[in-house]
Amino acid sequence: MLEINYYLILSALLFSIGVLGVLVRRNAIIIFMSIELMLNAINISLVSFSSYLGEISGQIFVFMVLTVAAAEAAVGLAIIISLYRNKSTVNIDEINILKW
Amino acid sequence: MEWKLELILFVLLSVMAVFSAIMMVTRRSPINSAIFLIINFFASAGIYLLLQAQFIAVIQVLVYMGAIMVLVIFVIMLLNLQDESKLSEQFSYKKLTSLLLSVLLFCLLGFSVFFGFSGKFTSISGEAEKLGTAESLGKELVLAYSVPFEIAGLLLLAAVVGAVVLAKKSFD
Repeated sequence: MLEINYYLILSALLFSIGVLGVLVRRNAIIIFMSIELMLNAINISLVSFSSYLGEISGQIFVFMVLTVAAAEAAVGLAIIISLYRNKSTVNIDEINILKW
Repeated sequence: MEWKLELILFVLLSVMAVFSAIMMVTRRSPINSAIFLIINFFASAGIYLLLQAQFIAVIQVLVYMGAIMVLVIFVIMLLNLQDESKLSEQFSYKKLTSLLLSVLLFCLLGFSVFFGFSGKFTSISGEAEKLGTAESLGKELVLAYSVPFEIAGLLLLAAVVGAVVLAKKSFD
Protein backbone atom coordinates (compact mmCIF):
# COMPACT_ATOMS: atom_id res chain seq x y z
CA MET A 1 0.00 0.00 0.00
CA LEU A 2 1.11 3.55 -0.66
CA GLU A 3 1.83 5.83 2.25
CA ILE A 4 -0.30 8.92 2.79
CA ASN A 5 2.75 11.08 1.98
CA TYR A 6 2.37 10.50 -1.76
CA TYR A 7 -1.16 11.88 -1.84
CA LEU A 8 -0.36 14.82 0.43
CA ILE A 9 2.66 15.84 -1.64
CA LEU A 10 0.61 15.63 -4.84
CA SER A 11 -1.97 17.84 -3.15
CA ALA A 12 0.73 20.33 -2.08
CA LEU A 13 2.15 20.43 -5.61
CA LEU A 14 -1.25 21.11 -7.19
CA PHE A 15 -1.97 23.78 -4.58
CA SER A 16 1.35 25.54 -5.29
CA ILE A 17 0.65 25.48 -9.04
CA GLY A 18 -2.72 27.08 -8.29
CA VAL A 19 -1.03 29.80 -6.22
CA LEU A 20 1.39 30.40 -9.09
CA GLY A 21 -1.55 30.77 -11.48
CA VAL A 22 -3.26 33.31 -9.23
CA LEU A 23 -0.05 35.35 -8.87
CA VAL A 24 1.19 35.27 -12.47
CA ARG A 25 -1.88 35.43 -14.68
CA ARG A 26 -3.73 38.67 -15.41
CA ASN A 27 -6.89 37.22 -16.94
CA ALA A 28 -9.70 37.11 -14.35
CA ILE A 29 -11.15 33.87 -15.73
CA ILE A 30 -7.81 32.05 -15.50
CA ILE A 31 -7.34 33.34 -11.94
CA PHE A 32 -10.78 31.97 -11.19
CA MET A 33 -9.81 28.58 -12.65
CA SER A 34 -6.61 28.55 -10.58
CA ILE A 35 -8.72 29.03 -7.46
CA GLU A 36 -10.77 25.99 -8.50
CA LEU A 37 -7.50 24.09 -8.88
CA MET A 38 -6.50 25.03 -5.32
CA LEU A 39 -9.89 23.93 -3.95
CA ASN A 40 -9.46 20.62 -5.75
CA ALA A 41 -5.98 20.14 -4.27
CA ILE A 42 -7.40 20.61 -0.79
CA ASN A 43 -10.11 18.05 -1.60
CA ILE A 44 -7.43 15.48 -2.44
CA SER A 45 -5.78 15.86 0.95
CA LEU A 46 -9.15 15.77 2.76
CA VAL A 47 -10.17 12.56 0.99
CA SER A 48 -6.79 10.92 1.62
CA PHE A 49 -6.98 11.67 5.34
CA SER A 50 -10.54 10.39 5.36
CA SER A 51 -9.63 7.03 3.87
CA TYR A 52 -6.38 6.52 5.76
CA LEU A 53 -8.01 7.27 9.11
CA GLY A 54 -11.23 5.38 8.32
CA GLU A 55 -13.21 8.46 9.31
CA ILE A 56 -15.99 9.84 7.16
CA SER A 57 -16.00 13.51 8.17
CA GLY A 58 -13.26 14.34 5.66
CA GLN A 59 -15.55 13.35 2.82
CA ILE A 60 -18.38 15.42 4.32
CA PHE A 61 -16.02 18.39 4.22
CA VAL A 62 -15.29 17.66 0.56
CA PHE A 63 -19.01 17.89 0.03
CA MET A 64 -19.10 21.33 1.63
CA VAL A 65 -16.09 22.47 -0.41
CA LEU A 66 -17.88 21.35 -3.58
CA THR A 67 -20.95 23.34 -2.58
CA VAL A 68 -18.87 26.44 -1.95
CA ALA A 69 -17.06 25.93 -5.28
CA ALA A 70 -20.35 25.75 -7.15
CA ALA A 71 -21.66 28.88 -5.42
CA GLU A 72 -18.37 30.63 -6.10
CA ALA A 73 -18.53 29.65 -9.78
CA ALA A 74 -22.02 31.11 -10.16
CA VAL A 75 -21.30 34.39 -8.36
CA GLY A 76 -17.73 34.82 -9.65
CA LEU A 77 -18.69 34.34 -13.28
CA ALA A 78 -21.63 36.74 -12.84
CA ILE A 79 -19.16 39.32 -11.47
CA ILE A 80 -16.84 38.73 -14.43
CA ILE A 81 -19.72 39.18 -16.88
CA SER A 82 -20.86 42.44 -15.33
CA LEU A 83 -17.24 43.68 -15.17
CA TYR A 84 -16.81 42.91 -18.85
CA ARG A 85 -20.05 44.70 -19.62
CA ASN A 86 -18.93 47.84 -17.80
CA LYS A 87 -15.23 47.99 -18.63
CA SER A 88 -14.91 45.73 -21.72
CA THR A 89 -11.94 43.92 -20.22
CA VAL A 90 -11.17 41.08 -17.84
CA ASN A 91 -7.55 42.11 -17.31
CA ILE A 92 -7.28 42.62 -13.58
CA ASP A 93 -4.56 45.27 -13.95
CA GLU A 94 -7.13 47.56 -15.54
CA ILE A 95 -9.82 46.85 -12.97
CA ASN A 96 -8.59 49.00 -10.11
CA ILE A 97 -11.42 51.29 -8.98
CA LEU A 98 -11.27 49.86 -5.47
CA LYS A 99 -7.55 50.65 -5.21
CA TRP A 100 -6.63 53.84 -3.41
CA MET B 1 1.19 -7.35 -7.24
CA GLU B 2 -1.71 -5.27 -5.96
CA TRP B 3 0.69 -2.78 -4.44
CA LYS B 4 2.49 -2.43 -7.78
CA LEU B 5 -0.77 -1.79 -9.60
CA GLU B 6 -1.71 0.94 -7.12
CA LEU B 7 1.69 2.59 -7.51
CA ILE B 8 1.51 2.50 -11.31
CA LEU B 9 -2.00 3.97 -11.33
CA PHE B 10 -1.00 6.63 -8.82
CA VAL B 11 2.06 7.68 -10.82
CA LEU B 12 0.06 7.77 -14.06
CA LEU B 13 -2.78 9.84 -12.59
CA SER B 14 -0.56 12.25 -10.70
CA VAL B 15 1.69 12.88 -13.70
CA MET B 16 -1.47 13.60 -15.69
CA ALA B 17 -2.78 15.93 -12.96
CA VAL B 18 0.44 17.87 -12.50
CA PHE B 19 1.14 18.15 -16.23
CA SER B 20 -2.37 19.43 -16.97
CA ALA B 21 -2.19 21.87 -14.04
CA ILE B 22 1.08 23.33 -15.36
CA MET B 23 -0.34 23.54 -18.87
CA MET B 24 -3.45 25.24 -17.49
CA VAL B 25 -1.40 27.94 -15.81
CA THR B 26 0.89 28.53 -18.79
CA ARG B 27 -1.46 28.41 -21.80
CA ARG B 28 -2.21 31.77 -23.35
CA SER B 29 -5.76 31.23 -24.49
CA PRO B 30 -8.42 30.81 -21.77
CA ILE B 31 -10.22 28.02 -23.64
CA ASN B 32 -7.06 25.86 -23.69
CA SER B 33 -6.64 26.48 -19.98
CA ALA B 34 -10.22 25.37 -19.37
CA ILE B 35 -9.71 22.14 -21.30
CA PHE B 36 -6.51 21.34 -19.39
CA LEU B 37 -8.35 22.05 -16.13
CA ILE B 38 -11.00 19.51 -17.15
CA ILE B 39 -8.23 16.92 -17.70
CA ASN B 40 -6.87 17.78 -14.27
CA PHE B 41 -10.27 17.24 -12.64
CA PHE B 42 -10.57 13.92 -14.45
CA ALA B 43 -7.21 12.79 -13.05
CA SER B 44 -8.32 13.89 -9.57
CA ALA B 45 -11.45 11.78 -9.92
CA GLY B 46 -9.17 8.82 -10.63
CA ILE B 47 -7.17 9.62 -7.50
CA TYR B 48 -10.37 9.64 -5.44
CA LEU B 49 -11.16 6.19 -6.82
CA LEU B 50 -7.68 5.00 -5.77
CA LEU B 51 -8.48 6.31 -2.29
CA GLN B 52 -11.72 4.27 -2.34
CA ALA B 53 -14.00 7.29 -2.23
CA GLN B 54 -16.29 6.24 -5.05
CA PHE B 55 -19.13 8.66 -4.42
CA ILE B 56 -16.83 11.68 -4.23
CA ALA B 57 -15.26 10.63 -7.54
CA VAL B 58 -18.66 10.52 -9.23
CA ILE B 59 -19.65 13.85 -7.70
CA GLN B 60 -16.35 15.34 -8.89
CA VAL B 61 -17.14 14.36 -12.47
CA LEU B 62 -20.76 15.53 -12.22
CA VAL B 63 -20.31 18.82 -10.39
CA TYR B 64 -16.84 20.04 -11.36
CA MET B 65 -16.61 18.78 -14.92
CA GLY B 66 -20.32 18.77 -15.65
CA ALA B 67 -21.52 21.98 -14.05
CA ILE B 68 -18.69 24.33 -13.12
CA MET B 69 -16.48 23.86 -16.18
CA VAL B 70 -19.45 24.09 -18.55
CA LEU B 71 -20.29 27.42 -16.91
CA VAL B 72 -16.68 28.62 -17.27
CA ILE B 73 -16.45 27.59 -20.92
CA PHE B 74 -19.85 29.18 -21.55
CA VAL B 75 -18.60 32.49 -20.13
CA ILE B 76 -15.33 32.32 -22.11
CA MET B 77 -17.26 31.74 -25.33
CA LEU B 78 -19.76 34.47 -24.45
CA LEU B 79 -17.17 37.15 -23.73
CA ASN B 80 -15.13 36.47 -26.88
CA LEU B 81 -11.82 37.27 -25.20
CA GLN B 82 -8.56 37.86 -26.95
CA ASP B 83 -5.48 35.88 -26.00
CA GLU B 84 -3.39 37.35 -23.27
CA SER B 85 -0.65 39.01 -25.28
CA LYS B 86 2.96 37.97 -24.85
CA LEU B 87 2.67 35.80 -21.81
CA SER B 88 5.95 33.98 -22.14
CA GLU B 89 8.00 36.66 -23.87
CA GLN B 90 7.53 39.41 -21.36
CA PHE B 91 9.78 38.88 -18.40
CA SER B 92 9.31 40.78 -15.20
CA TYR B 93 10.60 40.56 -11.67
CA LYS B 94 7.02 40.27 -10.45
CA LYS B 95 6.62 36.96 -12.28
CA LEU B 96 9.97 35.69 -11.06
CA THR B 97 9.03 36.58 -7.49
CA SER B 98 5.69 34.79 -7.88
CA LEU B 99 7.46 31.69 -9.14
CA LEU B 100 9.93 31.78 -6.25
CA LEU B 101 7.10 32.28 -3.76
CA SER B 102 5.13 29.31 -4.99
CA VAL B 103 8.21 27.08 -5.07
CA LEU B 104 8.89 28.17 -1.50
CA LEU B 105 5.29 27.38 -0.54
CA PHE B 106 5.63 23.93 -2.07
CA CYS B 107 8.89 23.34 -0.17
CA LEU B 108 7.20 24.38 3.08
CA LEU B 109 4.18 22.14 2.55
CA GLY B 110 6.28 19.26 1.24
CA PHE B 111 8.75 19.33 4.11
CA SER B 112 6.02 19.54 6.72
CA VAL B 113 4.23 16.59 5.12
CA PHE B 114 7.46 14.63 4.76
CA PHE B 115 8.64 15.10 8.32
CA GLY B 116 5.20 15.02 9.88
CA PHE B 117 3.68 11.97 8.23
CA SER B 118 6.43 9.66 6.99
CA GLY B 119 5.84 6.16 8.33
CA LYS B 120 2.66 7.16 10.19
CA PHE B 121 -0.24 6.17 7.96
CA THR B 122 1.05 3.38 5.77
CA SER B 123 -2.14 1.83 4.39
CA ILE B 124 -5.72 2.72 3.65
CA SER B 125 -8.05 1.81 6.50
CA GLY B 126 -10.03 -1.39 6.03
CA GLU B 127 -13.29 0.46 6.47
CA ALA B 128 -12.55 2.97 3.70
CA GLU B 129 -14.32 0.88 1.10
CA LYS B 130 -17.56 0.98 3.09
CA LEU B 131 -17.17 4.67 3.98
CA GLY B 132 -16.99 5.95 0.43
CA THR B 133 -20.38 4.65 -0.70
CA ALA B 134 -23.36 6.89 -1.30
CA GLU B 135 -25.24 5.07 1.44
CA SER B 136 -22.84 5.82 4.29
CA LEU B 137 -22.15 9.38 3.11
CA GLY B 138 -25.85 10.12 2.78
CA LYS B 139 -26.60 8.69 6.21
CA GLU B 140 -23.88 10.77 7.85
CA LEU B 141 -24.89 13.89 5.93
CA VAL B 142 -28.53 13.69 7.00
CA LEU B 143 -28.06 12.42 10.56
CA ALA B 144 -24.90 13.93 12.04
CA TYR B 145 -24.35 16.88 9.70
CA SER B 146 -27.94 17.91 9.01
CA VAL B 147 -27.47 21.57 10.02
CA PRO B 148 -24.44 22.19 7.75
CA PHE B 149 -26.33 20.36 5.01
CA GLU B 150 -29.27 22.77 5.29
CA ILE B 151 -26.94 25.77 5.46
CA ALA B 152 -25.25 24.57 2.26
CA GLY B 153 -28.66 24.56 0.59
CA LEU B 154 -29.26 28.11 1.78
CA LEU B 155 -25.82 29.14 0.45
CA LEU B 156 -26.66 27.73 -2.98
CA LEU B 157 -29.97 29.61 -3.01
CA ALA B 158 -28.18 32.86 -2.10
CA ALA B 159 -25.62 32.20 -4.84
CA VAL B 160 -28.32 31.67 -7.46
CA VAL B 161 -30.12 34.88 -6.49
CA GLY B 162 -26.82 36.78 -6.36
CA ALA B 163 -25.73 35.51 -9.79
CA VAL B 164 -29.03 36.55 -11.37
CA VAL B 165 -28.91 40.01 -9.77
CA LEU B 166 -25.25 40.57 -10.70
CA ALA B 167 -25.58 39.48 -14.31
CA LYS B 168 -28.79 41.46 -14.91
CA LYS B 169 -28.48 44.35 -17.29
CA SER B 170 -30.32 47.03 -15.34
CA PHE B 171 -31.90 47.23 -11.92
CA ASP B 172 -35.52 48.21 -12.26
